[in-house]
Amino acid sequence: MIRFEAVHKWFKDLHVLNDINLHVKQGEVVVVCGPSGSGKSTLIRTINKLEPIQKGRLFVDGKDMSDRKTDINRLRAEIGFVFQQFNLYPHLTAIKNITLAPIKIRKLPKKQAEEEAMALLERVGLADRRDSYPSQLSGGQQQRVAIARGLAMKPKIMCFDEPTSALDPEMIGEVLQVMQGLAHTGMTLMVVTHEMGFAREVADRVIFMDYGVVLEEASPEEFFRNPKHERAQLFLKEILSPMH
Amino acid sequence: MFSYQFDWSVVTSGQYFEWLVSGLKITLELSVWSIIFSFLLGLIIAVMRMSNVRPILWFSHAYLEFFRNTPLLVQIFFWYFGSYQILPKAINDWLNSVNFEFAAAVIALTIYTSAFIAEDIRSGVRSIPKEQMEAARSSGFSYLRSMRYIILPQAVRLTIPPLINQFLNVTKNSSLAMTIGVAEITYQARQVESYTFKGFESFTAATLVYLGLSLVIAGLMTLYNRRVLSPMMGGK
Repeated sequence: MIRFEAVHKWFKDLHVLNDINLHVKQGEVVVVCGPSGSGKSTLIRTINKLEPIQKGRLFVDGKDMSDRKTDINRLRAEIGFVFQQFNLYPHLTAIKNITLAPIKIRKLPKKQAEEEAMALLERVGLADRRDSYPSQLSGGQQQRVAIARGLAMKPKIMCFDEPTSALDPEMIGEVLQVMQGLAHTGMTLMVVTHEMGFAREVADRVIFMDYGVVLEEASPEEFFRNPKHERAQLFLKEILSPMH
Repeated sequence: MFSYQFDWSVVTSGQYFEWLVSGLKITLELSVWSIIFSFLLGLIIAVMRMSNVRPILWFSHAYLEFFRNTPLLVQIFFWYFGSYQILPKAINDWLNSVNFEFAAAVIALTIYTSAFIAEDIRSGVRSIPKEQMEAARSSGFSYLRSMRYIILPQAVRLTIPPLINQFLNVTKNSSLAMTIGVAEITYQARQVESYTFKGFESFTAATLVYLGLSLVIAGLMTLYNRRVLSPMMGGK
């Protein structure tokens, strides 16, 4: 579904992605973790070309992302993207946030788009907030609407870029539960997160990055029980027991 | 020493009153058309100004500098007297058949004002977080459609206060149209003065008309902002 082949990217002199080789299969749930500045957000943002790559090749759903002939707008419609800061459209209500792209891009009739949006709001537990503006919702609620917005396009892949990092602790659970529910539907998920509980329970594979390099790629059991790379050991120690 | 006899009936009834009312109508028409067209043109120029296609960028930049930095009166004369010599005869004939003075005034006001509106909208767009564009692009919207459905609706809301200013300016600037013979309110007030020598009364009437119009426009936009737009943006 997603295939990185020797992908490189630089920000000026900074080598943010260094020879990335990855393959995410259909239906797989992959968690990417690593210290801040490790390149994990950049990695996930290359998948829908929010960040272009400079060397190597990246295939998403069989399409070459650096090929000029690839219709990037059409491909992006197949990839749901959830941001750390939610990025809901503040001038639209919850339901309009969800129906905008299906109506304008998929050309769905308004009524059908609204029915589907209501089903999604139901699924993320926010059916009663359909007419609320983002500013009237809590962080956790906004993020759940953002997930519904992504799902409304019936994407083949959902990408999450630190979806719980901007949330108050008591709201993290509600978002993770929605994501866990998604994983069980067999959708391909790529998640950048520090939520190790989520990685342990939901991920098929954990990828650890630092300095723009993939240092470790393992099953969750393997990664948590026996991390091979010394950077990963240090990272796990700090994130699992920060006081020691 | 104060021997002037005020005669307000000159401007409140009879033929001269009718002149003023017809002037008010023309001023309203001039203002409304110029506001609508300059807003639409301003939107287009603002988007062009943010394009990364070089020729479009240069064109819009030149457009802004040219029309912002030359006097409106000169522009009105240019469209009225100047364009006549360079336009094809067919277009001139057509323009003459449809009240060329009025058309030239609307064109001049529209183009002049659109340059200012474009800059206001552009600064509104710049204050929208770049993440909004990212979210729109990730859903599969092209750059232009992201602008249309996500960025501009938010930017225009933020631009309401400076837009009120521009719309008030259009209304007041429309008085310059009298110089090419558009019979708007200032023109009519001048006429009344010429016929009656009641300059104080006639121009007081014109002043009150502009003041009233401006207050109505500002009031309507503030009301719209408060009732419709602010709640959407999380305000009160």
